[in-house]
Amino acid sequence: MNVSANVLKNDERAIYQLRALYKKYGYSHYKVSKFEEYDLYSRHKNFLVSQNVLTFTDTNGKLLALKPDVTLSIIKHIPQNDGGTHKLCYNENVYRTSADSDGFREIMQTGLECIGEIDLYAECEVLMLAMRSLETISADYILDLSHMGMVEGLLEEAMVDEETRAEMISLIESKNVNALVSVCKQRGVSLEMQLKLSQLTEMYLPIERALPLLSTLIVGEKMQVAYEKLSKIHAVMREYGLSDRLYLDFSIVNDATYYDSLSFQGFINGISESVLSGGRYDRLMKQLSKNMGAIGFAVYLDRLERFEWVEKQYDTDVVLLYDDDVTLEMILKTQNELITNGFSVLTTKSPDQSLRFRKLLKLTEGGLQTLETND
Amino acid sequence: MKPMINIALPKGRLGEKAYGMFEKAGFECPSIREESRKLIFENTELGVRYFWVKPSDVVIYVERGAADIGIAGKDIILEYSPDIYELADLGIGKCRMAVAAKKDFCDPRDRTLRVATKFPNIARSYYASLSREIDIIKLNGSIELAPILGLSDVIVDIVETGKTLYENDLEPKNDIVSISARLIANKVSYKFKNESIRAICEQMNRVLQENK
Repeated sequence: MNVSANVLKNDERAIYQLRALYKKYGYSHYKVSKFEEYDLYSRHKNFLVSQNVLTFTDTNGKLLALKPDVTLSIIKHIPQNDGGTHKLCYNENVYRTSADSDGFREIMQTGLECIGEIDLYAECEVLMLAMRSLETISADYILDLSHMGMVEGLLEEAMVDEETRAEMISLIESKNVNALVSVCKQRGVSLEMQLKLSQLTEMYLPIERALPLLSTLIVGEKMQVAYEKLSKIHAVMREYGLSDRLYLDFSIVNDATYYDSLSFQGFINGISESVLSGGRYDRLMKQLSKNMGAIGFAVYLDRLERFEWVEKQYDTDVVLLYDDDVTLEMILKTQNELITNGFSVLTTKSPDQSLRFRKLLKLTEGGLQTLETND
Repeated sequence: MKPMINIALPKGRLGEKAYGMFEKAGFECPSIREESRKLIFENTELGVRYFWVKPSDVVIYVERGAADIGIAGKDIILEYSPDIYELADLGIGKCRMAVAAKKDFCDPRDRTLRVATKFPNIARSYYASLSREIDIIKLNGSIELAPILGLSDVIVDIVETGKTLYENDLEPKNDIVSISARLIANKVSYKFKNESIRAICEQMNRVLQENK
């Protein structure tokens, strides 16, 4: 496309870049109608971020709504278990009220859904794409990951009643450890459980450092299962080279009617709200009587409006250094691999010092080493 | 370089007390004690920047990220229920939210109760938990006048010693919730400035323990 990036507004730029990213991994673009039967939302109100829906009657007298959410529509229109896995991405306008205004706003949203048989690979792919989406917007990003099984498991073991449970969850969400401890004391929760609950609430660490601490908190099978899932995810994300910016934070507690395991939220330094949110919503699928798994996320493009997007300028993606010990075949092979992967490559023995590059790689007899990353 | 932490303090006695705690915790900013018309006070060495705002605005500054952390009364947090982290109870500015009425007042259960208050959300959720139908009269000050002049049956307000109430022939009837100042943080700042915010939290907790 012959449009220079700087004529685009932040949200427009993000749409194109994100769509290109999702296409790369085989997600096909899915277009849903602007309108949806209101009935769908009235039955699943709690799934919506804002519960106000803009409605009107169509020419047949049927009550329709301007879409407040895309995920529900996609699930509704996906064929009943046909054995296949659907990988879809979208960008759509949704209509919502914001927390402190009564009027409706049109919000541009983009995201993806992976529906069907969801295994570890599919989960990690979606997490990876969530992180790459954030990375597209800014290199200074964080993805917070939570597993519902941790909080649920611990609360089950603490054996508190339904009302206390709801109270505790809202305290966990605001990381209010003081109040959590005093509620525990009032309800006679054991000291050991109190300590575990506070540690889980307070925890905020990159996944690599969080896991050892998390392993000390496990009680019961639910937590064990959640812990194992998180460790497996960590191993895969490390392979992707993304584990540094993946944090564990159990204060993300999504509605348990819809989400049962993974939940995540993405943040960009400089934007004071989350810009990405997603999770695994198998329970919602069940409620819509679709017997399939599902994971996905949405990026809130309206929140990028005030963000100062600094796109770094690079002369080349990769500078490939080699020394005398390396054979010419090896150089050609490596260079070719990088180019087929979509990178521009400058191959040299002695690079120009003023060169701006994303990655500095060195090819030695031992193999390829990353010396510097500027992304 | 250390990231700068923006701290919103509530104007008035509570804010001054809270700043005293920050000072003891090792995050002093001497210029704040000087008489001046400045709005913002920095200590670049320690990486802190203080500013005074109206007490009820602290949660807004923090929720929207203009301040990374701030000091707000639990009353304000309950009234606005902002999406923030509540990291510590500073144990200062202690008081309670209570229902008060004339000394001889007897609750007319057969009528809608008229409630005058600065805190409509707190009042609404309190009476909802009792399944009591009420009519909220939102006032911005001198709440005590309302029952005296017959504007309302009861008031929902902050009670510290109860002196103002007793002097005006009123008395507290039921406590709703106890209030004190809290250290709150913006959720995104907590992530990107985690180390600094945690360090402040730890030091504040240390001061709290010493005060006890």
